Amino acid sequence: MQWEIVIGLEVHSQLATQSKIFSGAATAFGAEPNSQACGVDLGLPGVLPVLNREVVTMAVQFGTAIDAELGFRSVFARKNYFYPDLPKGYQISQFELPIVGRGDVDIELEDGTIKRVGVTRAHLEEDAGKSLHEDFQGCTGVDLNRAGTPLLEIVSEPDMRSAKEAVAYARKIHQIVQYLGICDGNMQEGSFRCDANVSVRPVGQAEFGTRAEIKNLNSFRFLEKAINYEVERQVDVIEGGGKVVQETRLYDADKDETRSMRSKEEANDYRYFPDPDLLPVEFDQAFVDEVTKDLPEMPDAKRQRLIEQYGLKVAEAVTLISSRALADYYEAAAESAGDAKLAANWVLGDLSGAMNKNNIAISAVPVSPAMLGGMIQRIIDNTISGKIAKQVFEAMWLGEGDADAIIEAKGLKQITDTGAIEKIVDEVIAANPSQAEQFRAGKEKMLGFFVGQVMKQSKGKANPQQVNALLRSKLS
Amino acid sequence: MFEQTISELSAALRAGEFSSVELTRAYLERISQLDGELNSYITVDAEGALAAAAEADRRIQAGDTSPLIGIPIAQKDIFCTDGVKTSCGSRMLDNFIAPYDATVITRMKQAGMVMLGKTNMDEFAMGSSNETSWYGPVKNPWDLERVPGGSSGGSAASVAARLAVASTGTDTGGSIRQPAALCGITGLKPTYGRVSRFGMIAFASSLDQAGTMTRSAEDAALLLQAMAGFDTADSTSAEEPVPDYSATLNDDLSGLKIGLPKEYFGEGLSSEMAKTIHAAIDEYKKMGAEVVEISLPNTHLAVPTYYVVAPAECSSNLSRFDGVRFGHRCEEPKDLEDLYKRSRGEGFGDEVKRRILMGAYALSAGYYDAYYLQAQKIRHLISDDFTRAFKEVDVIMGPTTPDSPFKLGEKASDPVSMYLSDIYTIAVNLAGLPGMSIPVEPMKGLPAGLQIIGNYFAEAKLLNVAHRYQQQTDWHRLIPEGYGA
Amino acid sequence: MSLERSDVEKIAHLARIAIDEDKVESYAADLSKILGLVAQMDAVDTEGVVPMAHPLHMSQRLRADKVTESDNREKFQRIAPQTEAGLYLVPKVIE
Repeated sequence: MQWEIVIGLEVHSQLATQSKIFSGAATAFGAEPNSQACGVDLGLPGVLPVLNREVVTMAVQFGTAIDAELGFRSVFARKNYFYPDLPKGYQISQFELPIVGRGDVDIELEDGTIKRVGVTRAHLEEDAGKSLHEDFQGCTGVDLNRAGTPLLEIVSEPDMRSAKEAVAYARKIHQIVQYLGICDGNMQEGSFRCDANVSVRPVGQAEFGTRAEIKNLNSFRFLEKAINYEVERQVDVIEGGGKVVQETRLYDADKDETRSMRSKEEANDYRYFPDPDLLPVEFDQAFVDEVTKDLPEMPDAKRQRLIEQYGLKVAEAVTLISSRALADYYEAAAESAGDAKLAANWVLGDLSGAMNKNNIAISAVPVSPAMLGGMIQRIIDNTISGKIAKQVFEAMWLGEGDADAIIEAKGLKQITDTGAIEKIVDEVIAANPSQAEQFRAGKEKMLGFFVGQVMKQSKGKANPQQVNALLRSKLS
Repeated sequence: MFEQTISELSAALRAGEFSSVELTRAYLERISQLDGELNSYITVDAEGALAAAAEADRRIQAGDTSPLIGIPIAQKDIFCTDGVKTSCGSRMLDNFIAPYDATVITRMKQAGMVMLGKTNMDEFAMGSSNETSWYGPVKNPWDLERVPGGSSGGSAASVAARLAVASTGTDTGGSIRQPAALCGITGLKPTYGRVSRFGMIAFASSLDQAGTMTRSAEDAALLLQAMAGFDTADSTSAEEPVPDYSATLNDDLSGLKIGLPKEYFGEGLSSEMAKTIHAAIDEYKKMGAEVVEISLPNTHLAVPTYYVVAPAECSSNLSRFDGVRFGHRCEEPKDLEDLYKRSRGEGFGDEVKRRILMGAYALSAGYYDAYYLQAQKIRHLISDDFTRAFKEVDVIMGPTTPDSPFKLGEKASDPVSMYLSDIYTIAVNLAGLPGMSIPVEPMKGLPAGLQIIGNYFAEAKLLNVAHRYQQQTDWHRLIPEGYGA
Repeated sequence: MSLERSDVEKIAHLARIAIDEDKVESYAADLSKILGLVAQMDAVDTEGVVPMAHPLHMSQRLRADKVTESDNREKFQRIAPQTEAGLYLVPKVIE
């Protein structure tokens, strides 16, 4: 049987505010346990929530960016359940009336086609604390610093048909929230987490299969692997004559498998009702206009502009806009270099390679866009060759100064003096008579040998075009 | 000195007739003599009170003329008080030393008031007789075999017995007005949102409101002045200006339109209560008020609606008492579920458990629409009754309770009959309106209360209406036998 | 509307409240009585009536995004049943 995979994602995006959604405690990551949990976060008797304006602003910005219907009147509700990391015994969330309604995002598939994925809604809620399961006197420890951190939960339609599509969608949402500056996107710290609803159905069947929800996927790689595992598991279950159970599952990255979280299953009667401590959140179009008037360029628009303005290939533009910081870096480097194409090659080539190798983010790259641009200028004006530039780039990365200083200090300036190059060419031809003979006999490949020898003699500094021309004329 | 009102005491303190420390000591002494039987206090903070009194004396000597400075007050044990046990009448919080002050407490401290201690109450304010308190029932000072009403029973009894100059209460379904009526004192529940709920342990968030329990409307005006006002820490507090409540106390009442809801004088009201209430209303006629009959047709739905809305909210509000961060924790829990269930099972009393269960049921899957949603809709109908009425009249009057205080244990075994004793007070909470109860002529030596209901934020009008009556009558000056000075 | 023993047990579990075996029946009886009282609502036609969640017709006030709280852990944990290394402790949770 042929199976169709159906995936919907719930993305929890921590909003990059200074203080919590309902209290004035700090949201900074990594503080001492419970040092950033104030009375409201702890759910002390008598405390009350007061809503942070910034979270409303950020939600409206997100809604606008995905062209969604906005909830001009949204209501906070309580989701009731008991868990040690949930201090009040309920989570304040939005249920019937979310702040962001139906919207869309476009994702690019591997074959280059664009697919539209529906966003059902996005609502504001508070994050829970963390349970630490290391052994504390045989107990679980609870840190409530994260409790009350604002979350925007972005719920998609079940529109994705493969793990790759799900990842493309998650990356797209990741990109949008980072472009907006409403989430730092740090998946390792849990600022951006996904739950995946996965089901399978025979191709051609209209109704959905029973879904399982895989919780807390905190990397794109895990998201893809978890979905692939889960799809295989469900197909095995069905093909083995069994039935998929609707349940919550956890992805175990070490074992690369998902397993049932029975502990969360039993209490799923959440008894939602409007939170009587909070009033309806209301805003008007003027508020929307105010908070969206300076929105940054969104990824789709930026991609289009990079293609048109700089003549980049689609694939190049797609990679460059993967983060706003990378795109900004690129544009600055291109401007400084004066050659957009060459700048793209360097950013996507050596720069990205070095970032990967050293595992650092664009914001931490030691070579500024101006330094990279300055180096590219030296390629353009023939001061150095592309090959020498790689040495210069490495030196810049190691902090040895800008391109000009390094070229000077290391004597890397290209030899363009015809006489000097001619001298080396003559020496090389004289030293390799049999190879010269072979070339003259028509073995075209030998030219490469001679170029190599000349470059070696010149320590790579001879201008390659001149070397080529001289060799051809001397050997003919 | 135990018979003096706040303004009389304040004048005496400023004149140096006695100091706040002397006044406070006298009250502490009286509490230790008389409260053993009454049980109106859960905690007496003698040390804190004397320190606050000494500070008040310094301020008075430095020329501070704040009207409440140095006045001893009792706080309902539902308000968090930094460093002082805040039990909410529950075993759950028997070990809870609040780590912060409620806004009401902060404001009273700033006003220079002296907190004598924390008063007894029905557990988590759930009750109408003060019999659900973990610390035992409070007795009615007018008849020790009878209940003082609830849930602010300790606050009412302490003021009636002159064990505090005044006290605070909270009112979710009548918890200020009903005990005020049953103890013969003046109780004011302000408009929802008039007084900050921050630091007041929540029972039903959309109904709870803090107010005053005093010997007179004049005292209530002074106390409310300190309590009322917008609080940035409470999203549901109102950004409404606070008028000078004392300034309009003596306004003339001629032409005042009083509405008497026929539903408040029908079946269920004792004939004696009807008689004393009508006598009080006659007094208003003498003052030139005009009395008209009105109808609040959905009155009979108030109790049923309330017993869905309040338990639903309470079931969620009380989830935070889980034995993890504060409060009672059971011995040797074998796992997490055992920790929750036993801590809560041991920490909460029967009435609280009943209401939590009722609320969880009303909100649970499949029942939400029939119970919670239907109740919210009927709540609207009840509120609309009042909106219509206030287009015709300035205030609404009627009995606070159907009868005089019942005997301890009389209704304890039947929750529904207990619930029905709040039949005249509950609708006011559902609508969020301000309401008062003032003492009228007692019935066979037991207190009775006239309820006065006003439009939103019309506290000044209520106080004016109450004060004028208290200028004409002396019922509010009666002191229960054995508690005279 | 009357509640059975099993209904009470179910809600008690939902609310995480231990109820003594021998008291379940009396809870069921009391709750059934309350539901009987509440049943008066059934007869009311509320077609088209807007639910009233709140007495005041106000909208939510928004506060500025500022950190106003500082570390108060020591004070807060002084009233906690069991803590270690700044953490609240609960019986081992198995996920």
